[in-house]
Amino acid sequence: MNPLESLRIAVRALRANKLRSALTVLGIVVGVAAVICMVSVGAGAQAEVSEKIRTLGANLLLVMPGARNSGGARLESGTQPTLTEEDAAAVRRELVNAQVAAPLLSRSMPLVAANKNWMTLVAGIYPDYLVAREWQVVNGRSFTGDETASGAKVAIVGSVIIEELFDGRAGIGETFRIGNVPFSVIGVLDKKGLGAAGRSQDDIVFIPLSTAKSRVLGAVRGTTREALDFISIKVSDATAMSEVEREIEALLRQRHHIRGDAPSDFRIENPADVLVARGAAVRILGILLIAVAAVSLVVGGISIMNITLVSVTERTREIGLRMAVGARRHDIRWQFLIEALILALLGGLVGAMFGVAAAVAIALKAGWPIMISPWAVILACGFAGFIGISFGLYPAHRAAGLDPIVALRFE
Amino acid sequence: MSPLVRTIGVSKNYPSGGTIIRAVSNVSLLIEHGEFVAIRGRSGSGKSTLMNLLGLLERPESGEYALKGRQVAKLAENTRAAIRSRDIGFIFQQPALLPRATALENVELPLVYAGVPRSQRHRRAKDSLDRVGLADRSHHWPSQLSGGEQQRVVIARAMVNDPALILADEPTGSLDSSTSDEILSLFEGLHRDGRTIIVVTHASDVAHRARRQITLHDGRIIEDAATSGKGSVLNAITSDFPR
Repeated sequence: MNPLESLRIAVRALRANKLRSALTVLGIVVGVAAVICMVSVGAGAQAEVSEKIRTLGANLLLVMPGARNSGGARLESGTQPTLTEEDAAAVRRELVNAQVAAPLLSRSMPLVAANKNWMTLVAGIYPDYLVAREWQVVNGRSFTGDETASGAKVAIVGSVIIEELFDGRAGIGETFRIGNVPFSVIGVLDKKGLGAAGRSQDDIVFIPLSTAKSRVLGAVRGTTREALDFISIKVSDATAMSEVEREIEALLRQRHHIRGDAPSDFRIENPADVLVARGAAVRILGILLIAVAAVSLVVGGISIMNITLVSVTERTREIGLRMAVGARRHDIRWQFLIEALILALLGGLVGAMFGVAAAVAIALKAGWPIMISPWAVILACGFAGFIGISFGLYPAHRAAGLDPIVALRFE
Repeated sequence: MSPLVRTIGVSKNYPSGGTIIRAVSNVSLLIEHGEFVAIRGRSGSGKSTLMNLLGLLERPESGEYALKGRQVAKLAENTRAAIRSRDIGFIFQQPALLPRATALENVELPLVYAGVPRSQRHRRAKDSLDRVGLADRSHHWPSQLSGGEQQRVVIARAMVNDPALILADEPTGSLDSSTSDEILSLFEGLHRDGRTIIVVTHASDVAHRARRQITLHDGRIIEDAATSGKGSVLNAITSDFPR
């Protein structure tokens, strides 16, 4: 008998018990839905992490001001301004693997242009900073050495600023004020999208660090004019990251006169590590849910086995009759195997639809990034099919092993 | 040409609660092409077992069985199934039809397992249903048919593959007398067409329609004679058996 005939027989038998068939595949539906939903959310989180690492710039280390020991009381990290431009300069000068060491000083400030205003992050930088972040100026230009040194009132702005202050016009040559200080726009940055904190990275204004210290931020900060938010260090080679980290530690401790085992007054972070750790957390959650899904799939398989066994018993006479008119044992075996397989595949398909729907719902409601991979759907359905075959084997084997005479007399 | 059925000393026993029941004991039988034979006997006389042996549903424990000259007792299960679908048509006491298949599909069943292509299956099944007078019922479900009609579908199925041998086990057992008569007339028609029919029955009126009657008792043949008109010598023997 050809497989198509077996298929027709199986479909007919399943359609005769629609409700029972539907209930049987519930476990598979739940399992496959969970797998697909989880894989979509996990892959989305993974993709987001990779994207953020990419927008961060490769091989980046951040040196932040740390807690300073003040008479035995450790003060909160970042409360004491400890990093200076000279530190940054020293890092670049002393360490061969530090391609860039860019200081940054920032603060949220109100911007005013004509009749518009906008609150945004104003950051004083060296042009190097944009190199470290692998951030292109797509329109206009970056700061010149003169502008950096002389405290020129020029700004490079993110795309959000162009939208909010200048209604999306090119923006080059436009003027605006930060607080009371007038600036002119000399460059517009490429779009970066959302950052690790979920805030748009394009909502930013860069001005030369010297300008920031002397005219804009230093004055209102009420702290040492030399104090920096952090120094971004671009390491020339990914394999040198930890080595450079050790070298920075040693250099800055020496520069800050920290002796012996006293704690450093700064800390060094690898932002990519933080993001990778967050991705790993999502993955662990995913593994947990996959475990739940696996249990559900096994339970689904058992229920398919159960129902197929019931079906074999119910149709004992039918099996006997089929054997009497010439069905070979493997015809009977296939008939029930295909029935179990169809049940499982149906469950897989319905589960896939539910899983995709759930993932989309999560994306819409919770705002999590998702990524639905057709391979995950195919794999999950394939696994459901595998479960159908494995759990259908025993009932099918039992059906095929019936004695036609006994089966025919079965009431 | 070799005889259609030839058994030599065929036996089949069943264990039953510590004792062994000799269902068929040392039966030797010769049936030619085109014969219409009744196998008679009380319940428990082994006649159903003999039919199952002849129909390749069971294997004899000892003895030889040649069907169309081919030794079939020791063939592999799949080969026996293939022979069943090609050479043997079964008619059971309860009209055994698949409840979720139409009359036509039920008749097609042996052809499905014999690997006959679909279009050809339809045509042959229709012809067969036509032969038993049910052409207009081909798309009815078994539940929509009367008992007699169901049994006629079974007969149509039994002859759809043009088998060498039609085996009927109490074919009228669940039918009333007028319906039984219709069925038996059908058998006589099949016999006139040259088919070989073996009917297993305990009812003498059924057995009398056959041309030859074999009587079993405790698994042995005790009588094998041609039916020679009504009220012949056989009446003496059949009086032993209640209707």
